Amino acid sequence: MNLDAFLSSPSDVCQRSGPHDRIVRSSRVRLARNLRGIPFPGWAKKADRIKALGIIRSAVEGLSQMQSGFAESMDNLTSLDKMILVERHLISREHAAKNSGSGIVLNRDESLCVMINEEDHLRMQALGPGMQIKEIWQAIDALDSALERKLEYAFSLDLGFLTACPTNLGTGIRVSAMLHLPGLVLSEQINQIIQAVNKLGLAVRGLYGEGTEALGNIFQVSNQMTLGETEGDIVERLNKVVAQLIEHEENARATLLEKQPKSVFNHIGRAYGILANAHSISSKETMNLLSLLHLGLDMGLFPGVNLALVNELFLVTQPAHLQKRFTEKLNAEERDVLRADMLRERLANVKRPIGRTTESGGGALDKSTNS
Amino acid sequence: MICSVCKQHEATVHLTQIIDDKMQTVDLCETCSKAKGVDDPTGFSLASILLGLGSAQESNQAATGDEIKCPACGFTQSDFKKAGRLGCADCYRAFADALKGLLKSMHKGTKHTGKVPHSMRQNQDYSEKLRQLQKRLQQAVDKEDFEQAASFRDAIKQVKEQMNQVLEKP
Repeated sequence: MNLDAFLSSPSDVCQRSGPHDRIVRSSRVRLARNLRGIPFPGWAKKADRIKALGIIRSAVEGLSQMQSGFAESMDNLTSLDKMILVERHLISREHAAKNSGSGIVLNRDESLCVMINEEDHLRMQALGPGMQIKEIWQAIDALDSALERKLEYAFSLDLGFLTACPTNLGTGIRVSAMLHLPGLVLSEQINQIIQAVNKLGLAVRGLYGEGTEALGNIFQVSNQMTLGETEGDIVERLNKVVAQLIEHEENARATLLEKQPKSVFNHIGRAYGILANAHSISSKETMNLLSLLHLGLDMGLFPGVNLALVNELFLVTQPAHLQKRFTEKLNAEERDVLRADMLRERLANVKRPIGRTTESGGGALDKSTNS
Repeated sequence: MICSVCKQHEATVHLTQIIDDKMQTVDLCETCSKAKGVDDPTGFSLASILLGLGSAQESNQAATGDEIKCPACGFTQSDFKKAGRLGCADCYRAFADALKGLLKSMHKGTKHTGKVPHSMRQNQDYSEKLRQLQKRLQQAVDKEDFEQAASFRDAIKQVKEQMNQVLEKP
């Protein structure tokens, strides 16, 4: 089956919602597993990788959770398709670089995704919108339990699941939440917060995980340690930290509105101005400005506008999604022009932001705007 | 102490390197250390620091063929230093000593306490049973109760056989 026909449209993807999704864009849990008796993918000979792919793919495809899903070998996907999967956060950038001997299996609603022969033989992940780490852990735990009856994992009673990189050893779990934290960035508290989170043994990364920058004020918080703790403890800790981060972000926004409303409205108004009127705009600038539009929406400055629109624009303005709309191959400058065209068109009916918040809506601010 | 590169600012970063038993020291100020990239701890391979092998020592080992090699997949310690990844599941046994310190520094503990696959759960029960029996055997030996010790020894043998049967199942 063709990937285009399988994947939900960007507008459908962005209709999905979850708890606290104003701040928590998505939750994810991934497990790393390897087969016994076959070297890890990075060291295995091609024949062994192909053997592992065959064994794992048929086991995964046979699971009830994966019925009417999508399964494909990486060499049968175009590089554009792979980038689309990266932009949807379904596969890692490392996996997008793989070809024959590696594969992917997706379930029907794109909430479960299994990467075969990435860094480990198996990288299975569950993901969903908003803050639902516990539910997502249960989903992937169930998938793993079903799979372990069909596959023989490399496991040691002392060291747990044996992984290619010692950093994943033991539980092989990585629990993460993608957070939109413009309030903490604008109030310049973000570095302090990142340090505090690091001290708790959690990593803070950019939009596409390891080694990527925090575009659009989006940060990924995840556990680093995988050995010596149970999965439940790790899930619980991340859950608590994310709940605190939500609170800090809410507080930062409230303080900004109280102490420097003009500065906040200035940022949001300018972001709207550029997005709705530019004739050439890069992907990076778009993400950073859409983050401010998102913030304005959260603050009630764009009455009647749905958050799904901002989320959709965030997705469809990324390079691969943009390229997908056109048959001819675009270069970066052409993409910047077409991106700006699309943004102007989609934002044509969005009225410019109101200069005060709908909730508090008062005081010094009104006086200054009316004077 | 003055920075040995710019010879202007106070040196705050002191690097010591030992090559062929000769010690070299370099003293850098903050600006120069940043320029040279030595202020960034991620610039150093974690594995190379923690596995504790200097490059000179390692090349010696490689030349004489003394380097530890995984018997199952042929992966060597220098491969690990280069890739930061292991070759196969058996590498964990082959490099157990070298990995010990590394695991301790990167994880909360060194013993797995999480999920155990269904097929291994039975095995886990066996190892617990084995631990218990071995403890009681030692106690019996200490008390010089050799009759009881013999019965524990037999029980241990039995459990070990059962364990092997489970492990050998495909």
